[in-house]
Amino acid sequence: MKAEHKNNIDRREFIKRIGAGSLLTVAAFTGCKSNKSVGDGMAEEDIPTDKMEYRTNPNTNDKVSILGYGCMRWPTKEEEGKTIIDQDRVNSLVDYAIEHGVNFFDTSPVYVQGLSEKATGIALKRHPRDKFFISTKMSNFSNASRENSIMMYESSMKNLQVDYFDYYLLHNIGGSVEDFNRRFIDNGILDFLVEERKKGKIRNLGWSFHGSADVFDHILAYHEKVHWDFVLIQMNYSDWRNARGRNVNAEYLYGELEKRGIPVLIMEPLLGGRLSNVPAHIEARLKMQEPDRSVASWSFRFNGSYPGVLCMLSGMVYDEHLQDNIKTFSPFVPLNDEEKEFLFETADLMLNYPTIPCNDCKYCMPCPYGLDIPAILLHYNKCINEGNIAKSSQDDNYRKTRRAFLIGYDRAVEKQRQAAYCVGCGQCNKHCPQRINIPREIRRIDQYIEKLKQGLDF
Amino acid sequence: MLRKIRVFLATVFFCVVTLLFLDFTGTLHAWLGWTAKIQFLPALLALNFGVVAFLVALTLVFGRIYCSVICPLGVMQDIFSWAASKRKKNRFNYSPAKSWLRYGVLIVFIVTLVMGFDVVAHILAPYSAYGRIAQNLLAPIWGLGNNVLAFLAERVDSYAFYTTDVWIRSWGTFAVAVATLVVVGFLAWRGGRTYCNTICPVGTVLGFISRFSLLKPVIDTTKCIDCGLCAKKCKASCIDAKNHKIDYSRCVVCMDCLESCKKGAVVYTLRKNANAEQPKGEEKVDTSRKNFLVSAGLLAASAVKAQEMKLDGGYATIIDKKPRAPFRTLTPAGSLSAKNMADHCTGCQLCVAVCPNKVLSPSPYLENFMQPAMSFEKGYCRPECTKCSEVCPAGAIRPISREEKSSTSIGHAVWVKRNCVVITDNVECGNCAEHCPSGAITMVLSDYTNPKSKKIPVINKERCIGCGACEHLCPSRPYSAIYVKSYKYHKTI
Repeated sequence: MKAEHKNNIDRREFIKRIGAGSLLTVAAFTGCKSNKSVGDGMAEEDIPTDKMEYRTNPNTNDKVSILGYGCMRWPTKEEEGKTIIDQDRVNSLVDYAIEHGVNFFDTSPVYVQGLSEKATGIALKRHPRDKFFISTKMSNFSNASRENSIMMYESSMKNLQVDYFDYYLLHNIGGSVEDFNRRFIDNGILDFLVEERKKGKIRNLGWSFHGSADVFDHILAYHEKVHWDFVLIQMNYSDWRNARGRNVNAEYLYGELEKRGIPVLIMEPLLGGRLSNVPAHIEARLKMQEPDRSVASWSFRFNGSYPGVLCMLSGMVYDEHLQDNIKTFSPFVPLNDEEKEFLFETADLMLNYPTIPCNDCKYCMPCPYGLDIPAILLHYNKCINEGNIAKSSQDDNYRKTRRAFLIGYDRAVEKQRQAAYCVGCGQCNKHCPQRINIPREIRRIDQYIEKLKQGLDF
Repeated sequence: MLRKIRVFLATVFFCVVTLLFLDFTGTLHAWLGWTAKIQFLPALLALNFGVVAFLVALTLVFGRIYCSVICPLGVMQDIFSWAASKRKKNRFNYSPAKSWLRYGVLIVFIVTLVMGFDVVAHILAPYSAYGRIAQNLLAPIWGLGNNVLAFLAERVDSYAFYTTDVWIRSWGTFAVAVATLVVVGFLAWRGGRTYCNTICPVGTVLGFISRFSLLKPVIDTTKCIDCGLCAKKCKASCIDAKNHKIDYSRCVVCMDCLESCKKGAVVYTLRKNANAEQPKGEEKVDTSRKNFLVSAGLLAASAVKAQEMKLDGGYATIIDKKPRAPFRTLTPAGSLSAKNMADHCTGCQLCVAVCPNKVLSPSPYLENFMQPAMSFEKGYCRPECTKCSEVCPAGAIRPISREEKSSTSIGHAVWVKRNCVVITDNVECGNCAEHCPSGAITMVLSDYTNPKSKKIPVINKERCIGCGACEHLCPSRPYSAIYVKSYKYHKTI
């Protein structure tokens, strides 16, 4: 809830900064259109309901909206000390999305503390079954026994209140061949899912990928045997050539899939906000080029410009996110080569900001020792983007950045969940799809904080 | 005019002293901390004879302006009294001095201090009494107000304000503060400076000196028309208008009488009879006192909840830490020993008010009631902080530099094997060693025959300074697997 809340602030601040940034840098372009929705010249009435871009799935001829709804970040609220999903808000977001042409909804049994499927099911049940495509996953990470996996499959159907899945994924594979075998081959679950597809219970079978290129190739090789209907990969202009950590460049992944004619689904088009909440001068650079479009829209349009892309998922928590993204694709204007090149240059510039590649997916949570891992990492990233990380205690603005970092830290992360409490047990690491060495990063941040707090020279 | 000057100075002093208790950032102390250090009783207990001599000299020249200007409890009573006078003017009357009560209380005060039963003395001490009121009753309001501003600042992305924790550190001390406020406030509402002239030991001592002051208000009988207005305005009830006499031991030279007299018959002037005689009336406090220390746990009560594992997202419940009981009094570096703390501290709560790490809270135990004790449930004694030693007016926590603090050992850490997560959860940890500022903790193999075994902490007592970083940051809850055991006398390492 707290992180959600913070996300809210980030987003609002992002919108605000767009406003401020445009005023400062491109005042001439932005103008001062007064409207109520968001600060960058987009009014609700400007968002068309009938201009959504659709792509055709060659396997089933599904007309899929290119903007898919990622159900990993549903709005939550606290009730009697427990986190629950704010169903009213989910319903209104889903209604709005369908009304504006979005027809793809992607969830998983583990999302939002395991609450996502049910909430998504409730919201979608209020619409005709042929108006939307539903996608969920086999998330058998901790217990990959055959019984448990099949139970998970069946409970997804129950939770989503459907009798077939439009899209079904082997969730988050690619870390190692052993892990893939453990979860899907040794227990016969892949065969089971292929059978289900034959029965029509699964209309499209695919997988989501995080990991290394050789494992990607290994699993892709199953195409001949299994026939993958689609693959979900992490793709955006930053990951195209500059994939961080142990991610594989999207250029390679997309190329391999396109070669085989496998439709591509995209996740993390915004890297959990890292491509919408960008350093100030990157933002100015993008706004200068397209004053009326949001920073986020660049990444969506980049992805959409590749014809093999069927759909890209975005976890939209706020009406403003949803509206902005719908607007980006209604109608969709692809990027030309020059604009793509401009984005690649932008991605290179971003490398100067050593943010930690955390997308706030919260797979690492809950930390058994109570830390708020994503909030710590995101605060650090925010300070990098805002220039509030001191390179040295001799910096001219050292006092200002120190204050901003420390006060902002207490605001972003509850005191008892801060980095100093990390015991370094490493239980989080295996959950991180971005393969961040979390304890190392947390301790590095903690050491920086100690320097600030103790006022040490560095 | 003189009255206006007095009111102005009193307001300034009162606000400054109050702010010392409210300013949790500790920035004011660098500039204005001296206003606490010139308080009579703390200065006396600090054996700060320069200040005591100055206050004696001040009283010898001007009379008890200390009580009217410097003492915050005195000014607080003036505020109550002033409010009461808004309802009913000219409400005072001359009353004879209750000498037996005054000297009786003074004797009790000195005896209890000497006997080591200082709680009584600490409750009576005026500055400390006010400190407790400010820290327990005003500081929470101030803190909450600050938090509202911090909340707003966060919305507009300003770092001008930050949130501070507001909590009552000890209900015992809180109760004393409330009781003091009620009693003193009631007395002031009814009879002005009753407390100062019947109970306050500092008032009695200064009153003894002020009899001989150089300057004092005098009634000019040639101008006086016996209207008695001055007596009705006298909040110390010390003007015998009929006999044109003023009891200078009780007069706090507030100058109200000067202003009230329509005929200008009351003047503040050199005393007429010049039989100067040096007073010797100085309170004696035996600084070698009792030596028994507490052995009991500090406050802590919070629900114990089981940790739970969930799916993606969510937080593990954090169980609040509890102090290990029983434990000996742990006092901050600079306080030399628990004995030195007991000898000097008057329980004014200034150190508690400024402690940014939430380590200090007033002891709830009779042995050192209201005096600061350290515990590490909410934070630890951070290496860069020497705030408490900077502010202490009573010499209970002597000024100490950061370097001195880093080499002062107030206690040492003790490992409790059965609580350690390395043993209980079978995980890698070492957070105690990671954060030990003096490098006193080394992680070693739990089984030296097996190089792959998990590492456990060993403590080098010679290097440990007892800061509590390990205890506070230990993941074991509610009882830490490592805790600080205090030394009777602090050591230099």
